[in-house]
Amino acid sequence: MNIDYHALLPEFILAGTILLVLVVDVFLPERAKWFAMPIGLIGVVGSLAGVLSLIGAGTRESFGGTYVVDEFALLFKGFFLVTAVVVLALSLRYFREGGFYQGEYYFLLLTSFLGCVMMPSSRDLLLLFLALELVSAPGFLMAAFRKGDVKSNEAGVKFFIIGVLSTAVMLFGMSLIYGVTGGATKLAEIGVALDGVSGEMETLAFAAILFVVVGFAFKVSAVPFQFWAPDTYEGSPVPVAAFLAVASSVAGFAGLLQLMFVAFAGQHEFWVPIFAFLSIATMTVGNLVALQQTQVVRLLAYSGIAQSGYILLTFALVTDDAASNRNAFAAAVTYILIYGVMNLGAFAATVAVSRRHPTLGVADFAGLRETAPVIAVGMAVFMISLAGVPPTGGFWGKLLIFQAAIERGGTLGPALAVVMLVNSVASVFYYLVVPRQMFLRDAADPSRLRVPALVTAVVAVAMVTLVAIFVLPNVFARLAEISTLVGLGA
Amino acid sequence: MTWENSAITITTLLPIAGALVIAMMPREKDRAIRGLGIVFTGAALVLAVAIAVGFDYGRDGLQYVLDVDWISAIGVRYHVGIDGISLPLYVLTFLLSFLCAIYSWRYVPDPGRTKAFLALMLLLQTGMAGTFIAFDLILFFVFWELVLVPMYFLIAVWGSANREYASIKFFLYTLFGSIFMLLGFLAMYFQGPDPHTFDMVVLRDYGIAGGFSQTFQLVVFGAVALGFAVKVPMWPFHTWLPDAHTEAPTIGSVLLAGIMLKMGTYGFIRIAIPFLPYGAQKYAPWIGALAAIGIVYAALACLAQKDLKRLIAFSSVGHMGFVMLGIATLTEIGIQAAIFGMVAHGVITGMLFFCVGSIYDRYHTREIAKIGGGMLQTMPKLGGIFAFVAIASLGLPGLAGFWGEVMALLSSFSPNEFVLADQVGLFRVFMVMGGIGTVLTAGYFLWMLQRVNMGTLPDQWREAGLRDVLAIEWVSWGPLLLLILVLGLYPRIVFGVTDEAVSGLLTLLGS
Repeated sequence: MNIDYHALLPEFILAGTILLVLVVDVFLPERAKWFAMPIGLIGVVGSLAGVLSLIGAGTRESFGGTYVVDEFALLFKGFFLVTAVVVLALSLRYFREGGFYQGEYYFLLLTSFLGCVMMPSSRDLLLLFLALELVSAPGFLMAAFRKGDVKSNEAGVKFFIIGVLSTAVMLFGMSLIYGVTGGATKLAEIGVALDGVSGEMETLAFAAILFVVVGFAFKVSAVPFQFWAPDTYEGSPVPVAAFLAVASSVAGFAGLLQLMFVAFAGQHEFWVPIFAFLSIATMTVGNLVALQQTQVVRLLAYSGIAQSGYILLTFALVTDDAASNRNAFAAAVTYILIYGVMNLGAFAATVAVSRRHPTLGVADFAGLRETAPVIAVGMAVFMISLAGVPPTGGFWGKLLIFQAAIERGGTLGPALAVVMLVNSVASVFYYLVVPRQMFLRDAADPSRLRVPALVTAVVAVAMVTLVAIFVLPNVFARLAEISTLVGLGA
Repeated sequence: MTWENSAITITTLLPIAGALVIAMMPREKDRAIRGLGIVFTGAALVLAVAIAVGFDYGRDGLQYVLDVDWISAIGVRYHVGIDGISLPLYVLTFLLSFLCAIYSWRYVPDPGRTKAFLALMLLLQTGMAGTFIAFDLILFFVFWELVLVPMYFLIAVWGSANREYASIKFFLYTLFGSIFMLLGFLAMYFQGPDPHTFDMVVLRDYGIAGGFSQTFQLVVFGAVALGFAVKVPMWPFHTWLPDAHTEAPTIGSVLLAGIMLKMGTYGFIRIAIPFLPYGAQKYAPWIGALAAIGIVYAALACLAQKDLKRLIAFSSVGHMGFVMLGIATLTEIGIQAAIFGMVAHGVITGMLFFCVGSIYDRYHTREIAKIGGGMLQTMPKLGGIFAFVAIASLGLPGLAGFWGEVMALLSSFSPNEFVLADQVGLFRVFMVMGGIGTVLTAGYFLWMLQRVNMGTLPDQWREAGLRDVLAIEWVSWGPLLLLILVLGLYPRIVFGVTDEAVSGLLTLLGS
């Protein structure tokens, strides 16, 4: 058992911070409970420094190759930690003013992020499961954190029940894989072992793959496992919704990418149609239902479902051709990262508005151009980017997926591209609903909205990032390129 | 960086810089903001004219080229340049934008907010100009889409009563078309020469050499043409246009009619036909048919309009029908006619929308019945200008509208002898339909003038103190009125520019 302590540095720092937050909270007086946030923030930044120190250090394995830190893992770790910084920034005012248990919240939030950070390094079924649960379990509690509100309780319970159910199914699938492969748990070994399976055992392996996919489909809120998402997002505190929509769902994708592209790659002929179905159903249902939403968090939830559908599409592009797979993989990674930026921005803008209008109806955004111009322009950019219209980063994200789909060729690739195109156009309709309110309607209360500086900063940075991605996509394309090779090489 | 390779980049991006500067201005400085709008569009126009002056008219091929890497991972390049087909449209873009900025010195429609209005207009300008100089398919697509967002807001915020419906219809319709176009571009990328490229020069040469298979061309031409056809707009994809035009603020309509519609026809000439010549050959009769139907349909629709602005909007469908008919013949005359028609339509219809905007400013209604006639009595100058432009629009010889129409009809008498030899009869039917269309066009324009300009002046307007053409209007309209006359009397100022490029295009194509 080799342990590369340097490679595990980010996790150690984060875990230490989590414990520190828990302990410090006990000694803080009621008025100073918010102090847990800066402590957490320092810890996360420290952990991020740890990630940065590992860049260029090559592939490093721990625990007998079950925990690998490579470029793919670092990219996602960095993404999660930046997300953590953002969610912490959004949380401070919200939890301080809302009368929540702040210490516990930051403890739970950071624990979830620890799970996220572990996910892309986990190259072993057991570790993947642990990481996934570490992301989810605190999430159940955080979703129900607005204890006085029935909706929040509903959010937590729904999330919990559906989450546990799908976890059980997934665990069952994992146990079958363990049996079918004769005891393999490492992803690379599973890949080799499954290729040698045939006959009845192969059928069993297919069932097992299906079960495992179900577990992750829940995590990324793919149709038909999406029912929890809108209710949970709506009921949760808005920063928690941001966490669920970005970090938790991206963690699901990070795990799924490793499973499908490494462990189950050989069985793609079996699962590609499943993903094609999941993808089409997810984007179509997400977009159609989003069209009818009048509450912004629910709208973002359904938009998130639709976006998951776009990402799932890349899985349906896997073939025997390694070059085309690499493109699909790179498209997925790039899209996930850009999706994170634009969705975080949208939630940040929503947090800003939630201070005056806790119900967050679409009409509550009316006249935001006067009451909070930076937030309004930012939100417009995020919506346009989510719709995939230039001049924003979202455009490149979609373009890469289209390109991968067309390059895959056959009937399926172009067909999926057409479905996604039609969906993209339909989505513009609801993405424009919020900008329309912000710029075309007048606010009932024209006084300036007081937005916390941290939230404004998040919106501004996300907005600039999206435009920068559009102008200089090379930087981001390179990130995806790097991760591609290592992710598939495992 | 020399002037030669940076000129069009600077010129095209200058409006965006202007938009940023204007966005930073404090909103109280309304006059200064409007002044800046004029300064930036004016400076851009000066640069554009300098480019036109330095252009070598005797040479086919791209000039002022800049070709650098943009996104190496997927082979997207920042490749811009200008040739005889682009140049007239490019200069027209800057001219119309400049005139719109001058017009905005006095007219910024409700609800005001000059800053945002001008910033969006400048952004729009970059998008439109960029489309005409992009020589990489993805860059082309980016500029093409860049137009959508500012135009959406211009209609949605500064439009008239039904603006929200019109703006969203405009947005979704165009996006829908353009996304199929993008799919077509991606298909060409993968089926194109090795290594894969989005470079339009490489793909054109490949396409003309017959690189793409016939089935591929049929499918992809359909996808790409759909995107362009919505933008033109060709009948039956035109339904967004009357709404968008009617609801848009005056300068929105001017830029929409003057330049944005040309992006579609430009796409046919620049991309669809040379890249996919076999597809063009097979689709040409269909395009011609839709164009001919569009001409007649639009004329009939115009006869039925009660709203002055909607009437002009429908007349655009008809005029663009002539442009498409010219393109569909795949002949040198036809495509020359199309480019001339594009420029003429931009000048004339842009001017017509200016007139309608100013008429609305006086009467506060666009309904022909409410205006009630007699405009020549109250406002002889405005009435005179309106009559002059309307007559130019119906294609009177000696004015700009004439050449594009008559040459389009002429070319459809004998479509391309190499590839459309078996369709001559059909195209002659189109020619007859186009001829009927010109008669109807004359009919509805004259009838419109009769109802607006002539007749007895209703009492309510007699004492309303309607003000005739203002100084600022003379300034912003003068160049267009002059151009209408000059283009009509001396069409070589466009043909002379496009000659080399079009014959270059067609020697590669048919023979």
